[in-house]
Formats: sequence, C-alpha cells, structure tokens
Amino acid sequence: MNRSVRHIWLLAKLTLREAWRRRLLWIAGGLGLAFLVLFGLGFWAAYKDLVRHSDPDGPMAQGIFNFFMLSGLYAVNFLIVMTTVLTTVGSISQEISSNTIHAIAAKPLRRWELFLGKWLGHALMLTVYVLVMVLGIFLVTFVITGYTPPNPLEGLGLLLLEGLVVLSLALLGSTLLSTLANGVLVFMLYGLAFVGAWTEQIGSLLESQMAVDLGILSSLLLPSEALWRRAAYAMQSSITRTFNQAGPFSTSSVPSKWFIVYAGVYVLGMTLLAMRSFARRDL
Amino acid sequence: MSGPAIETFQLRKVFGEDKVAVAGLTLSVARGEVFGFLGPNGAGKTTSVKMMLGLVHPTSGSGLLLGHPIESPTARRRVGFLPEHFRFHGWMRADEFLDVHGELQGMSKADRAERIPLLLERVRLADATAQLLRTFSKGMLQRVGLAMALMHRPEVVFLDEPTSGLDPFGRLLVRDIINELREAGTTVFLNSHLLSEVEVTCDRVAFIRKGTVVRSGTLGELAAGQMLVRLRVGEVTPAFVAGLAEWGSGVQSPNGHEVTLYVDGEERLPGLAEWVVGQGVRLYAMEPGHVSLESLFVHIMADEDTADEGVAGEEEAV
Repeated sequence: MNRSVRHIWLLAKLTLREAWRRRLLWIAGGLGLAFLVLFGLGFWAAYKDLVRHSDPDGPMAQGIFNFFMLSGLYAVNFLIVMTTVLTTVGSISQEISSNTIHAIAAKPLRRWELFLGKWLGHALMLTVYVLVMVLGIFLVTFVITGYTPPNPLEGLGLLLLEGLVVLSLALLGSTLLSTLANGVLVFMLYGLAFVGAWTEQIGSLLESQMAVDLGILSSLLLPSEALWRRAAYAMQSSITRTFNQAGPFSTSSVPSKWFIVYAGVYVLGMTLLAMRSFARRDL
Repeated sequence: MSGPAIETFQLRKVFGEDKVAVAGLTLSVARGEVFGFLGPNGAGKTTSVKMMLGLVHPTSGSGLLLGHPIESPTARRRVGFLPEHFRFHGWMRADEFLDVHGELQGMSKADRAERIPLLLERVRLADATAQLLRTFSKGMLQRVGLAMALMHRPEVVFLDEPTSGLDPFGRLLVRDIINELREAGTTVFLNSHLLSEVEVTCDRVAFIRKGTVVRSGTLGELAAGQMLVRLRVGEVTPAFVAGLAEWGSGVQSPNGHEVTLYVDGEERLPGLAEWVVGQGVRLYAMEPGHVSLESLFVHIMADEDTADEGVAGEEEAV
C-alpha cells in the first residue's frame, strides 16, 4: 500500500478507535436509536388514529405519511449537524492545546496525511450515523405505513453531504482556532445559514429579491440548510409540495442542482484550506 | 552513511512580529554522540528541538537530520522523540500506545509484538502493560514516552527534559538507558535542566542563550585548563574586589565574604593567597575544586549577561 494511504488509514482508524473508547459512538448511537424508537411510537399512535378516519392508501393519507417522515428527517437533520459540530470542533485544536499532537506529528508523516486521516475517521463516523438515522426513519415509516418516499437515495446523499459540509468547516476551524472559538464560529454560521434560508423562503413568497439574495448569500457561507431544503424537496410527494409553501420543508425557493455542485466544491475547498493551514501551523 | 547526525545552519524562529525565540542556531552533532543542549529558561531550547523535528517552521535557516532536510518526513523515519510535555492519548493502554506509534514509524506487526514487552520491561512498566495511560502517574507517563521514543530502534533520539517527572530511581534508569544507547551507537540529543545528569551522560554540550550557541565542546574543552577556587574572606575593600579581576573571573556572594574564582591552573593559587593577605584582607579558607558543568553554566551565563550589560551601557553612552 502507498505510504500516504497507509498513514491516512492508520490515523482514521485511530480516530474511530478513540471515538469508540471514549464512548462517543455508544452515546451517539444509543441516543439515535432512542430517538428512532420515540419517533416510531409517535408515528404509530398517529397512524392508528388516522386509519380509523381515512383510507391509508388514499392520496391524503400518503401525503400525511410523507409529512410525518419529513418531520422525523428534519429532526435528524439537526442531530446530524449538532453531532458533527460537537465531535469535530476540537478534533485538532484540543490535541494542540493538550500537546498530545507532538508525539504524533514528530513521526515520519506529512501534516496533510495527519489531517486527512482525522477527516476520514470523522467522515466515516458521520456516514454511519447518517445511514443509521436516515434509513432508520425510512424503515420506521415503511414498517408502520408501508410508505416509501420518492428519491430516498438522493435525500440520503444530500443529508450526508450536509454533514460533510459542516464537518469540513469545523475541521478547518479546528486547525486555526481554539476549540471554544471554533465552536462559536461554526454554530454562528449555522444560525446564519438557518435564518438565511427562512429569509430566502419568505422573500420568495413575498417576491422580495433582496431577501432572496441575502438568503442565498448566507447559504453560500454555509450551504447546510440549503442542502436540507433540497433533500426535503427531493423526498416530498407532489401533494406535500402543494401544501408546503412555507415552513421547514418549503418548496417556494429550491436550491438548484448547481448548488449541490457548489456544496461539493465547498467540502473540497474547506478540506484543502485546512490541510494547508495545518501544514503551516507551528505546534 | 557518513556525515553528522544533526546539523543546523543559522536556524532562526521569530514568533509574531518581533518575538525572537531562536536567533540563529548553528550546531553539529556527530553520529553516536550523546549531546547535551543546555540553557536557561526561555533560551529557545525546546523551540530549537521542535524546529529540528518539523513541529515548528523556522523563519529562516536550515538543518539536516541524518542527511535529510529537517522539514522532510524522511528525516524523521529513524528518529525518536520524547516531548517535554509528555501528554499522550489517555484512552490507550500502554501496549496499544507503543503499537500505534510503532506502526506510525513503519514497523511490522511481528516486530512490534516482539519489541513492546521488551521495552515495557526495560522502562519497568511490564506490570502496567494493559493499563490505560490516563491512570498513569507523571513518572510512568514519562517512562512509557521514553519507550515510545525508542520503539523503532532509532538512530537519533531527542529527549526533551526526560527526567523532569521522575524520582531518583527513574533518573538512574534514564541514565542507564542513555548509556546503553551510546554503546549501541545511537545519537542522543539531550535537552535537560539537570546539569549533574548531563555532566555524567553527555560526551559534548552546547550552551544556548537567546537562541544562539554561546559555547560548545567537551567539558574539558570548555573548562580549558581552568580551575575553580572558593575563597572565604573577612571584610573586603573596593580595591580588593577590583583587584580580584586580575586573577580570574568569578562570582562574589551577596555578603561579599565568599568568592568563587576561575583561575588558569593551580600554579596561580600561592600567588593569589599572598595577594589576598597583602591586601590586608583576612583569608579564612581557600578551597580548590574541579570545574563542574553547573559552575561552568553559571559562569558562562554570567559572562554573557555582563557582556550584554556592557554593550547596553556603551549603546546608552553613545
């Protein structure tokens, strides 16, 4: 195996092992499963009530199932962002401040290999988390109602991309700032993107170009919320789209496919910037 | 492969706009040498070591480690390092810690499996093999860090304050290990405040101050035929103090009754005794002694301080 690949894989495994040993995976996985159980129980109770009054195969019931499923995914979207920020925000800065980085960085490996190893470890954890949570919501919905959303793979991919966007930004911040400052920065940017997305939706409904432009600008700073809206749009049934002109699944202003490309470039750009910043940093 | 193990050429580090940590470090350490790197706090020792290991980027200058540029990871392939702040991942077991670091150094699984118990035994941590590092005492962490530095049988080992957390038994252990490394032909770069240890373990030393080497050599070379003499005297006069400078450089105690002088050989001693008595000063004791590394350190650093004050005085006068 190529030496760089071996180093990156070794450090990725180390990141995973650390998450396991420090019970990070246990806590995230356990609480994630608890969330799915709670969601399932709530959904089941609502389903029982619904089928007493209407045909479960009718368009209205299908639309309600879709709405319920999207509500669950909306909560998962928050959990993905929060879990990603909290697990990565101090990934490098904490090792620098505690001096544990010295023994590792003095080994015969390049700084970018060290960074990419950490990036990969966190990205693998994120992937497993997104798969478990999103597929969990799909599964719960299917088991209770027999309903499957349109474009599930696209939705899954977009939610994973959303996590990678946040992960790459948080890891870049971790090479430049202290853990606390980085946490504040990432959460503030997320808040900005969140409010910006709503501004864009409301601006679109009221036909205010300025509000739409401000929303787009905030999405360019951190494309996480825009990716959620695109994912929600992809997994909505036509009935749900008709009713959702405002709200968390709003379709009044849907990010284009080019925006997905932008998000991919964003992940790559943030990762390259972080590799450069970490390579230049004195430890 | 020939050539020095470590070479630096005007290595300089400035933090921020003007905080000079290392002014221009030029030194050479031969292969197989045990080299002591000495200096007061803030002299730039740790920053120098970090630059040699690629942890800190030099502002200017260059360096070679086993013939490779210090920035290159290849240079660190046969280098071991015990950091000054020996903080390691507390969630790892001792054997796991060594295994990970051995793997990062490119060791095979079989080699690691063979080496780990031997090293843990050597640093007296065989009983703590499966213990988590977060439960280790400071001394245990430093010893497991030493084992980590030696894991891949390096050709050069940097030990940054390797005994700071150790009790006297631990210090003896480190001393023994350094001697074993010397016998095996390993180069040891020892950064330590404990001058008595450096004195008994190092072949050569360099005194660093404000990020430059002010003196380097073997203890014999640094002492250069000088010997140390301690005088215990009665009341002294300003003329006596001024006249002492003719006999050698020295340090006077705050109460003025004890004087430590560096003189050029013992043949000067009878003349010195006669001169003291001739000055009307009571001489209670005159104890010749050898120049220890500690006394040399104090002497050299005091000389440099005096030189600095002289320059500052001249600049002020100008």
